[in-house]
Amino acid sequence: MKKSLTLTVALLIYLPYLAADDNERVTPVRNEQYKEECGSCHFAYQPSLLPSRSWQRLMTQLEDHFGENAELEANTQKTLTDYLISRSANSSRDKLATKMMRRLAKNKIPLRITEMPYLKHEHDKIPDKMVTQNTEVKSLSYCDKCHTQAESGSYLEKDIRIPGYGQWEEKAEREESEKDDD
Amino acid sequence: MNKYLMICGMMLLPLAYSHSVLATAAVDELLAEYRSAGATEFSVEAGNTLWLQEFQDAQSGKMRQCATCHTDNLRNPGKHARTGKPIEPLATSVNPKSLTDIKKIRKWLKRNCKWTIGRECTPQEKGNVLTFIQTQ
Ligand code: HEC
Ligand code: HEC
Ligand code: HEC
Repeated sequence: MKKSLTLTVALLIYLPYLAADDNERVTPVRNEQYKEECGSCHFAYQPSLLPSRSWQRLMTQLEDHFGENAELEANTQKTLTDYLISRSANSSRDKLATKMMRRLAKNKIPLRITEMPYLKHEHDKIPDKMVTQNTEVKSLSYCDKCHTQAESGSYLEKDIRIPGYGQWEEKAEREESEKDDD
Repeated sequence: MNKYLMICGMMLLPLAYSHSVLATAAVDELLAEYRSAGATEFSVEAGNTLWLQEFQDAQSGKMRQCATCHTDNLRNPGKHARTGKPIEPLATSVNPKSLTDIKKIRKWLKRNCKWTIGRECTPQEKGNVLTFIQTQ
């Protein structure tokens, strides 16, 4: 009796999470050291956004990290590499990660999340004026500028606000209806 | 009664000072290190000058200075010149966490000197600039 009650309560608590659209959600970062070391120049990317082979390569060339110096002490570098690899796109069970891996050719080792084919495709309809020409965004690399809940691992459409342009969902719908008017 | 007040006051004293004391502890250790590496007297003024000095980046041709990311008022939050990510103020007077972690200071001085000046800072320069930041 007691057991079934616990079960029911647990189910009730978890139901909203099970039902929620976890297709566009990844496991958030809980590692404080990672946040400190890899979250000071940009938001701390979730490990499940890149495969192990990409993290491995990226972590061995931190002296020239996209033109910046992001060097770490050897032991910190090792600890963080282990962290990234153990939760990478091919180690994680995040659905978004599985989808991204399915689209990635086996011989490709992208060093950028924005070069993952799935994400490239998802973003290809956003005009440059909202991204590279938008001084508040600068580059697609800064996920959290538009995905307001990126830190918590959510990339859901309802949480997208493009600085200077507002909510994406409404905009997309508006443009859709304008097209219908033509 | 007077004695009681005095004792209370004495107990509060370390609380009021604790953060600036912490800040100096990390910097003091670094300054001692720089001295044993050959640096002499550290100067707030020389630190301030280095802070504002502009250096031309060999690759982009653009001028760079410490203030490019931290602004010229250290009590204000900064912004990473390339990524735009906000940076907490460096001044210990408004950000008690600043200059408290030796490893963090070492790491960022190495990176930021390379980025700004194109080479690592000398022990003398590092000591001057830390002494300057501490007065802000
Ligand atoms: C000194 C600043 C700095 C630090 C520290 C830093 N990065 Fe970066 N990172 C950058 C810059 C600059 C870019 C390039 C952004 C651009 O192209 O607009 C970048 C890009 C990236 C990208 C590619 C993003 C994309 O898809 O375009 C990844 C992944 C990344 N960093 C991971 C890390 C990891 C992991 C760490 C910690 C080991 C780290 N970064 C630490 C500055 C930094
Ligand atoms: C300029 C703003 C902007 C930036 C920066 C940005 N995105 Fe997006 N992202 C969008 C928009 C807008 C969409 C929806 C596109 C559409 O529906 O056509 C989207 C869609 C997505 C989706 C699919 C979500 C869904 O519900 O369909 C994912 C996942 C995603 N982005 C992840 C990322 C990651 C990871 C980064 C950083 C590497 C990033 N985004 C950077 C604006 C941005
Ligand atoms: C390209 C951008 C950039 C430039 C230029 C720059 N910094 Fe920094 N600096 C940062 C970032 C980012 C941090 C880390 C902030 C954080 O995580 O709290 C930092 C941190 C620091 C810290 C450590 C603060 C602490 O919390 O203890 C010191 C000291 C420092 N910078 C000094 C300098 C000096 C001196 C210069 C000029 C030679 C300089 N910086 C130029 C971006 C920059």
